Amino acid sequence: MTLSIDAQVATMPMAKALNAGLRQAMAENDKVLLMGEDIGKLGGVFRITEGLQAEFGEGRVLDTPLAESGIIGTAIGLAMRGYRPVCEIQFDGFIYPGFNQITSQLAKLTNRNEGSMQMPVVIRVPYGGHIGAIEHHQESPEAYFAHTAGLRSVSPSTPNDAYWMIQEAIASNDPVMFFEPKSRYWPKGEVDLSGSAASLHASRVVRTGTDATVVAHGAMVSVLLAAAELAAAEGISLEVVDLRSISPIDYTPILESVRKTGRLVVAQEAPGNVSVGSEIAATVAERAFYSLEAPVLRVSGFDVPFPPAKLEALYLPDADRILEAVDRALAY
Amino acid sequence: MAETETTSLTPPVQVLAADGTFSPTASAEPYLPYLEALSDSDHEQFYRDMVTARAFDTEAANLQRQGQLALWPPCHGQEGAQVGSGRAARSQDHIFPSYREHAVGLIRGVDLLGIIEVMRGTTHSGWDVADPRNGNFRPYTLVIGAQALHATGYAMGVKFDGATATGNPETDEAVMVYFGDGATSQGDVNEAMIFAASYQTPQVFFLQNNHWAISVPVTTQSRTPLFERARGFGLPAVQVDGNDVLASYAVSAKHLTDARSGGGPQLIEALTYRIGAHTTSDDPTKYRTQDVTDSWIAKDPIVRFEAYLRNKGASEEFFTGVIADAKDFTADIRARTHAIEDPDLSFMFDSVYSEDHPVMTEQREWLSAYERNMAGGAA
Repeated sequence: MTLSIDAQVATMPMAKALNAGLRQAMAENDKVLLMGEDIGKLGGVFRITEGLQAEFGEGRVLDTPLAESGIIGTAIGLAMRGYRPVCEIQFDGFIYPGFNQITSQLAKLTNRNEGSMQMPVVIRVPYGGHIGAIEHHQESPEAYFAHTAGLRSVSPSTPNDAYWMIQEAIASNDPVMFFEPKSRYWPKGEVDLSGSAASLHASRVVRTGTDATVVAHGAMVSVLLAAAELAAAEGISLEVVDLRSISPIDYTPILESVRKTGRLVVAQEAPGNVSVGSEIAATVAERAFYSLEAPVLRVSGFDVPFPPAKLEALYLPDADRILEAVDRALAY
Repeated sequence: MAETETTSLTPPVQVLAADGTFSPTASAEPYLPYLEALSDSDHEQFYRDMVTARAFDTEAANLQRQGQLALWPPCHGQEGAQVGSGRAARSQDHIFPSYREHAVGLIRGVDLLGIIEVMRGTTHSGWDVADPRNGNFRPYTLVIGAQALHATGYAMGVKFDGATATGNPETDEAVMVYFGDGATSQGDVNEAMIFAASYQTPQVFFLQNNHWAISVPVTTQSRTPLFERARGFGLPAVQVDGNDVLASYAVSAKHLTDARSGGGPQLIEALTYRIGAHTTSDDPTKYRTQDVTDSWIAKDPIVRFEAYLRNKGASEEFFTGVIADAKDFTADIRARTHAIEDPDLSFMFDSVYSEDHPVMTEQREWLSAYERNMAGGAA
């Protein structure tokens, strides 16, 4: 990646950072194509691709027919031809028509071809709640994909990570599920245009602490940081880990943190049953059992369909629910 | 019983009558020029392809019965559709098969032992499409119809690359995707035609209507002739007698030519019949009657074409030579099947990802150590 050696820091929301990252990837490699519904003239329903069709042309930014399986399936064919498609799924809950192409084809084609075929396809999925939207527009389906061998799954929590991780995902020769926490599209943050601080699959301690470790990905990271502020006011020191990648999961910083604090709370918007949080809890129990002073606790969405928006504040974990779990962990 | 045929007002394109006489239907008229370029040796090659594929197919089914293969999906009866279309494709074309296109694989240069390996369970794809010797013949796809979208996406890429419709038939590329009558009910096949029409891809959809999706007749998939559906998507479409290798060749040659010269996507419905079972695990006696199968056996593509060649004066030595060569071919397949080795344990981890992946590394190392321990060695 060609970069200015001068440090450049810009302040922008995640939506703009993604747009800038996509523009950079498209400028660097003319095999990068964007595909999706309403992503051309409209710039996508969240305007992530705004201006890119005007800049790169209709041959690089494709307003596709309205069919998710068609988008993913033709992206697979384009990847076979040497292209690097970046597909936009309009909303989390609309990914399921493309599920077969993602899990039975995209995820398996490199393996089916004994490694002779690469599948550099990125699937961007705006996901998660907090936006007061109607059914199918606030879900967290990432566990389905984290469960599927052959896929990589990541989720940025900041504009800086969004800018860099989208470019790294496009550069990956493996398929990457790119989960964009849509409630974080608009808050601004600093983007260091001079270089990425962490690789695509590295998890990262974003706040140091000593009493308990709290871990999350995507939008929930900001909830953890808010909880840590509240806890600090009460004299409780929380260490916050941003997973960034949910497949593979980089356990090293999590285990190091747990060995230090002895307590772990995993938070996620998704339902807890058979979830990313469950996997982390099991793995930490296996690998850091003697460091644990308390059971690993999960704070999740409930095991119900995402409720009507007027109930989302009850469904989604907030800082208080995090702190309630931290208190339980500290009580051991 | 329910009808097993959907009929159209236009009779399917046919060149050879059931007795092998050259007797083109009126609907065959636009396609006949494509037959004029064929030499006697081309005709002999078509015959050789069909006989070799039939012999291979029979041998593979026997190997399954002997416990050498987990499963075999036979192509018996569909050789005319497959050889005609397969021979019409040019070397620069790209073929996306389903899982029964053994004759097409043969024509494209694939070592058919690769299909044996898939069905034996030593690999998910026994040939490497990146190897030019395999004639751009893609791996089999078992999820019904999924490959139709891959073919359309690939054809979009061909078009974006400017590798088609330049006016040079020696280099202009086209894509051909194979699927069956059952697959036409899948969303993916319909979406593939929608995307193909939208992007005007250089592509031929080759539908082998073999009348059965395992046990379900084509009339359950469709009450209208399947090729007429394609017109609803805006694709030129034709129905051909798939058991007539010359007709299959001619319509495939024309529609591939149209596709590669900017005419956009096309669809061919080849009427044929799955003479055998869906796979060696199937029992067709539970759902269909022998008299219908017998009526299709009477339309056998090899018998029909042999009659045509004999009428044209092909020698007895030619026919006995082809059969002897096919025997040698299957003996070689049989011998090499017995010599296939099981893959090493690392095979299941090595190509899940193109780039390093810590889970693959950790689990491969764990299993290797576990196996060493179980074998009594030092970990």
